[in-house]
Amino acid sequence: MKKKISNNMITYGMILLFYVIMQVMISTGSISSLLQGLLVPLCMYAIAAVSLNLVVGFSGELSLGQAGFMCVGAYASAFFTKLTEETLPEGPRFLIAILIGAVVAAIFGFLIGIPVLRLRGDYLAIVTLAFGEIIKNLVSVFHVGVDKSGIHFSVKDAASLNLDEEGRVLIDGPLGITGTPKNANFTIGIILLFLTVFIVLNLVNSRSGRAITAIRDNRIAAESIGLNVTKYKLMAFVISTALAGVAGVLYSHNLSTLNVKFFNYNTSILILVFVVLGGIGNVKGSIIAAILLTALPELLRELQDYRMLIYAILLIGMMLFNWAPSAIAFRERVKDKFKSNKKEAA
Amino acid sequence: MKNLKKVLALLFVAVLLVSTVAGCGKKEDSDNGGSGSSSDESVFKIGGIGPLTGEAAVYGVAVKNGAELAVKEINEAGGIDGVPIEFKMEDDVHDAEKSVNAYNTLKDWGMQMVMGTVTSDPCIAVQSEAANDNIFLLTPSGTAVDAIKGPNAFRVCFSDPDQGTKSAEFIADHDLGKKIAVIYDSSITYSKGIYDNFVKEAKNQGLEIVSAEAYTTDSNKDFKVQLQKAKDSNADLLFLPIYYQEASLILKQADAMGYAPKVFGCDGLDGILNFDAEGTEGVMLLTPFVANADDELTKHFVESYKSSYKETPIQFAADAYDAIYAIKAAAEDAKITPDMSASDISDKMQASMLNIEVEGLTGTIQWKEDGEPNKEPKAVIIEDGEYQSLD
Amino acid sequence: MSFISYLINGISLGSIYAIIALGYTMVYGIAKMLNFAHGDVIMIGAFVVLNMVTLAGVNPIIAVLISMAVCTLLGMAIEKIAYKPLRNASSPLAVLITAIGVSYFLQNLALIIFGADAKSFPNLITLPSISLADGKLVITGTTIATIITCVIILLGLTFFVNKTKQGRAMKAVSEDKGAAMLMGINVNATISLTFAIGSGLAAIAGFLLCSAYPSLTPYTGAMPGIKAFTAAVFGGIGSIPGAMIGGILLGVIEILGKAYISSQVADAIVFAVLIIVLLVKPTGLFGKNIQEKV
Repeated sequence: MKKKISNNMITYGMILLFYVIMQVMISTGSISSLLQGLLVPLCMYAIAAVSLNLVVGFSGELSLGQAGFMCVGAYASAFFTKLTEETLPEGPRFLIAILIGAVVAAIFGFLIGIPVLRLRGDYLAIVTLAFGEIIKNLVSVFHVGVDKSGIHFSVKDAASLNLDEEGRVLIDGPLGITGTPKNANFTIGIILLFLTVFIVLNLVNSRSGRAITAIRDNRIAAESIGLNVTKYKLMAFVISTALAGVAGVLYSHNLSTLNVKFFNYNTSILILVFVVLGGIGNVKGSIIAAILLTALPELLRELQDYRMLIYAILLIGMMLFNWAPSAIAFRERVKDKFKSNKKEAA
Repeated sequence: MKNLKKVLALLFVAVLLVSTVAGCGKKEDSDNGGSGSSSDESVFKIGGIGPLTGEAAVYGVAVKNGAELAVKEINEAGGIDGVPIEFKMEDDVHDAEKSVNAYNTLKDWGMQMVMGTVTSDPCIAVQSEAANDNIFLLTPSGTAVDAIKGPNAFRVCFSDPDQGTKSAEFIADHDLGKKIAVIYDSSITYSKGIYDNFVKEAKNQGLEIVSAEAYTTDSNKDFKVQLQKAKDSNADLLFLPIYYQEASLILKQADAMGYAPKVFGCDGLDGILNFDAEGTEGVMLLTPFVANADDELTKHFVESYKSSYKETPIQFAADAYDAIYAIKAAAEDAKITPDMSASDISDKMQASMLNIEVEGLTGTIQWKEDGEPNKEPKAVIIEDGEYQSLD
Repeated sequence: MSFISYLINGISLGSIYAIIALGYTMVYGIAKMLNFAHGDVIMIGAFVVLNMVTLAGVNPIIAVLISMAVCTLLGMAIEKIAYKPLRNASSPLAVLITAIGVSYFLQNLALIIFGADAKSFPNLITLPSISLADGKLVITGTTIATIITCVIILLGLTFFVNKTKQGRAMKAVSEDKGAAMLMGINVNATISLTFAIGSGLAAIAGFLLCSAYPSLTPYTGAMPGIKAFTAAVFGGIGSIPGAMIGGILLGVIEILGKAYISSQVADAIVFAVLIIVLLVKPTGLFGKNIQEKV
């Protein structure tokens, strides 16, 4: 028990340390524009990875639709921000936008989770992937505009919204939402990441969390002692989608363009890569892997054309190093040797 | 498990260290730069951004080649008022977020002007960053309206609304048909943007859209359904505001089902002859650039492009080539020097862009205050596997 | 009449999904892994055929055979280097992620070798097309060739798995690896053989895919790969006839959805049907329903 708590403290401390180092670098001006521009995306990917880890690591379900829920959160919040851009002050507006992103994504998670969580393993994976693609496809045909007479909606094109002269098109089909104010910043990103980690770790260490992991480890045994399997699975899934929605909010309020192209299955898979590389069920690992794999392609820019090729090789190499039983055994041997050397020296 | 964490943590620290060092290193040459950055060497640093990997890589690579060719020529001829250009292109994988990363990387390098981005959605994101930093931006091929929203942003290509409107006008003026069928890609802004504005203008011109069928990038292989519907609607003309890879598939599939409509397209169709000329006979397109035009400039460009890159240039390469020459013309008009800050350069360039006239591959271009180019499209028809002028 | 014509379109598109899905399903059946790199092996196969024909001027049939050999070796190499070390990893997800890494690798390798621009794939299938009902219904030679190939492969695989020693070994390994080993089956060789066959099929699939839709880029395999994977799940992943039926159904649904509902949301329709099928029959159309035991 104690070990768990101290482990959690290390996770919080790591986030805090990261924040402090970055802030010091920003204030002394020794940070590169690239790294400074990457800070919000890093938080966004870390939140998404931690949220997916709740489902994959603790609930033991393979979900390939996390980007779909990010998409819902991003669109809902950016829509709200654009709608109230002139009427609400920036601070409270962004706060409400975050909540809206989380809640709308959670509602989608709930509605999708009820039927889907009956499935297992790879079938669940493909259905979540399918839902992600459906969300992406449907969102890209929406056209929503607003004028004095209210909100107009069309699935055809912007012209058929019939807006009056002062009307504004908010969601323009495949073009999505443009010109969302850049409300997200590093501090908010870190706070949200902190909250995400806090929610996930507390859930995992709570009574419900133990029920969730019990169901993962042995569903039949868990059922036989009277645990409500559907309820706990749904709980983990909905919380995970809400947090993914928050990641979406960060995305949409960091770039002045938002369209569905980003939220395809490749992004869902990328987030899964963070989770698995960082260690299934390991929150700290998810954060580190998200940061590492997001920064890696940027740091490899010097390699020009070979950049993504090397990235792929490094990814395969890291996976083998972290997961292959023979590599683990090798690392153990090296560690033992290192330890015995140390003892001898002492 | 425990070891794994250590390994990851170590790697993480290494990454941080590298990026910190990189940050410090870059700081030195941007010390005198203020918000933007400039370099103490006497070169103009122009940064290019576009997809060099990923599914849109073909466009980014063409822009890179076209721009590098222009830079090489200018430098050989003595540079901009004697100052050579240094050009560096960064990859954005056709993604807005990666594009901003590329932009920041170039800022660290000391970029003074942006030639990019190549594709629309990333361009919207980058132009907003560039507007904040006040760095001059000229996109060769970002067609979305919002891609040049800021006062610092200009473009070489036609915008989506422009192309849609001009296509409808041309079809009506030349009486190419009254009943129009359209097949477009509803998942990309280029195609959807042209389609929307085409529909708007078609109404004014008395054209009737009898069939409008979409497809998405995820299912851009099989078009037989869309073609069947166009065929059943008895349209006079098939309008294809899409890129040539899909257009070629559409033409072949139409051929296989025995459907031979009159076809009209936009600049995205340019490149179809080098891709596969089969089934393209009689296709008309409105494009600012044709690779086999017989003016000296185009001939010279196509020749040197072919000898450097072993392929015929597509319109994107021509746009980039013109973009670099436009930057040169504006820079000479503005009398900027490399020791100015990027922000000062941007202010002067903005004013000078309105003064210049560039005799480019994509027409004689002047710029308007909103950043849009003022140039005339060329209409061509494919006959015997060659472009012939339609005017 | 147009309905029948749409149906034929659907079957021809679906038969291509089916051929790709066969590769997915074979590998899944034995290695219990989603081989995300399968779509990219298809792309490599198509590039080999293209370059053999256009650059080396090889006869198309020989080109396809060479491509099969290349893909077979490639598939075995991928298995040996990237997947085998993870076979006994503590989570089955590890190998899935490595497969994604291999997919990135193949795409970017092809990008460097073959360039980013789309290549036009020559028409190498010389079967004449069949014209019915005064030219209102046309079935192209490529469609006929695809369907015939698909049926031959299906029959061949069924025969192989049920009647030959190696095939039965494959079945045994997929049912119970440990027991198969105890029975003296060389598990490593069997898995390697499965990858070899799956990748060889990928070469044929790549050839047929690009013959039907003659445009080839380093990313050509990715989307058909995902759709075929969907098809394999649809039919019940691991089942050989399931992959065939799943692929064809998927193609038909996609075309009919486009024709009668909306061409803008055709992708959503396909996936919605998939979800409904899986909710009703959680292991796909032909999947085995394994009862969990305590």
